[in-house]
Amino acid sequence: MDKNDIIKEENRVYKRPKLLTDNIMHYCPGCSHGVVHKLVAEVVEELGLEEKTIGIAPVGCAVFAYNYIDIDWIEAAHGRAPAIASAVKRLMPDRMVFTYQGDGDLAAIGTCESIHAANRGENIVIIFINNGIYGMTGGQMAPTTLEGMKTSTTPYGRRVDLNGYPLKISPLFAQLDGTCYVTRQSVHTPANTRKTKAALKQAFQNAMNGLGTSVVEVVSTCNSGWKMTPAQANKWMVENMLVQYPLGDLKNTVKK
Amino acid sequence: MKGNEALAHAAIRYGADGYFGYPITPQSEVLETLEELMPWETTGMVVLQAESEVAAINMVYGGAACGKAVFTSSSSPGVSLKQEGISYIAAGELPALIINVMRGGPGLGTIQPSQADYFQATKGGGHGDYRLITLAPSSVQEMADFVGLGFDLAFKYCTPSIILADGIVGQMMEKVVLPPQRPRRTDEEIARQCPWAVTGKPSTRKRNVMTTLELEPSAMEVINNKLQEKYKLIEENEVRFQTYDTDDAEYLVVAFGSIARICQKAIEDAREQGVKIGLLRPITLWPFPKDEIDRLSQKVKGILVVEINAGQMIEDVRLSCHDRVPVYHFGRLGGMIPDPQEVLDAFFNHFPEANKQ
Repeated sequence: MDKNDIIKEENRVYKRPKLLTDNIMHYCPGCSHGVVHKLVAEVVEELGLEEKTIGIAPVGCAVFAYNYIDIDWIEAAHGRAPAIASAVKRLMPDRMVFTYQGDGDLAAIGTCESIHAANRGENIVIIFINNGIYGMTGGQMAPTTLEGMKTSTTPYGRRVDLNGYPLKISPLFAQLDGTCYVTRQSVHTPANTRKTKAALKQAFQNAMNGLGTSVVEVVSTCNSGWKMTPAQANKWMVENMLVQYPLGDLKNTVKK
Repeated sequence: MKGNEALAHAAIRYGADGYFGYPITPQSEVLETLEELMPWETTGMVVLQAESEVAAINMVYGGAACGKAVFTSSSSPGVSLKQEGISYIAAGELPALIINVMRGGPGLGTIQPSQADYFQATKGGGHGDYRLITLAPSSVQEMADFVGLGFDLAFKYCTPSIILADGIVGQMMEKVVLPPQRPRRTDEEIARQCPWAVTGKPSTRKRNVMTTLELEPSAMEVINNKLQEKYKLIEENEVRFQTYDTDDAEYLVVAFGSIARICQKAIEDAREQGVKIGLLRPITLWPFPKDEIDRLSQKVKGILVVEINAGQMIEDVRLSCHDRVPVYHFGRLGGMIPDPQEVLDAFFNHFPEANKQ
């Protein structure tokens, strides 16, 4: 028996989603973005929403998300994705509209748009990648940067007396009557990745069922920005990020 | 009805798909009228009060990216907030309509009328090399008419247009004939008219991506050159203006918006005194009627530019006539409106030789 006897459709346990393009990703090795992109592509395919889904890309590392998932996209100005998503969904209510935003985009410059879109209960999904740092611009402090964490703009570590506290924005979303589902997940292990996929799937279903805004926070690694190896970054995330940002559902008004 | 109300009625009748706005005096009647008329019950038009002008203009960017006919309105400080989004809409080559019912600035300024956003509208108020088709209405009728014209030009050239109205035209009441109700475009019509529209990707076409980002300098230069070629085409084809009594004029007054109507009365009064002054009212502030001003400057002795600002359009007038004749400015600031006699006094102050009495 050689390998050609094994490579058969019935033996296949894993495949790349069709919606992921052949473009080489610009993400650093070890970055969480690639995994989340793949999960989004899988969820869109499994729900049969390829022709209905519109993604709103942020400014930040995921600015080029539109190069990797083969759906229609709008690239937003920094922080404005939820405003754009609100308009797109209202103008085309049968489409599946999601934003894909980092912590700077969603929780600093775009806080106003995020909170108000969620408070209006727009039938959209907000995917929130929280890696505690500005990756694209070279590792500056984010609103979610942990106390004591070194970044290029907090070279001696974040001080709350100078920089305030790490912003826990998902609990804010959970308080709003407009949100139906707010969850915090991660993709650092296969088990967590499967949970994140399930969360994304529920969020997308919520939006299509008109139940309100769903927010899926994915606590992520930025090993380049954190100046660690991918393995060290995973370990550091578990020991530090997940203490401040514990995983699990913060709100789920939709019972199965 | 009020000029602001006419904007709202005209947009529904044009078949607009969406309005996104935020209250600010003196243009809040646009949003108020739309909410009262509830077009979502009739034509299906979306109306949304946004959380800020910044959100509103980005909603317009999103809606325009879907090929929809969408618009926003605001007044000067609010339009300053929209500049980033307007730059994106221009860069994305998206059709959209922006309305500025101008009030006095700078800063929070005053809620009284002004024309001090001329530079901002005509020179590209946001970052980067772009232009806005700038329409300056002088009556409530033109407020209604320029909604359709603004949308049509925006879709013709895939670029945003702006109605630059002063607060007088927004607030004053006049009779107006509204356009007939048109149906909103169907999804099929949008797909045909705007093949670039982000609508969800059918299997029959490649994905549509609305982005204004290009990091490769040689590619970005091509994009910029394409924009400039389009602006050149607009300058060649879309200049609009109106002239009064210019055929035998010895002097010329240039004014736009409601101020042009005050100047029209002033030049009529001057005629009674035997002084031949003509009036040119630019309707498009960009593209500017520079050829007509160049032509007229060859037969008049001087030009007075009247604006309720500290002197903005006068720069374009001087460039148009190459300073062939003396060009002076008269303006009031802070929300003060000159009357026809003040305009004439300013005229005779600058051109004493014209006074035949």
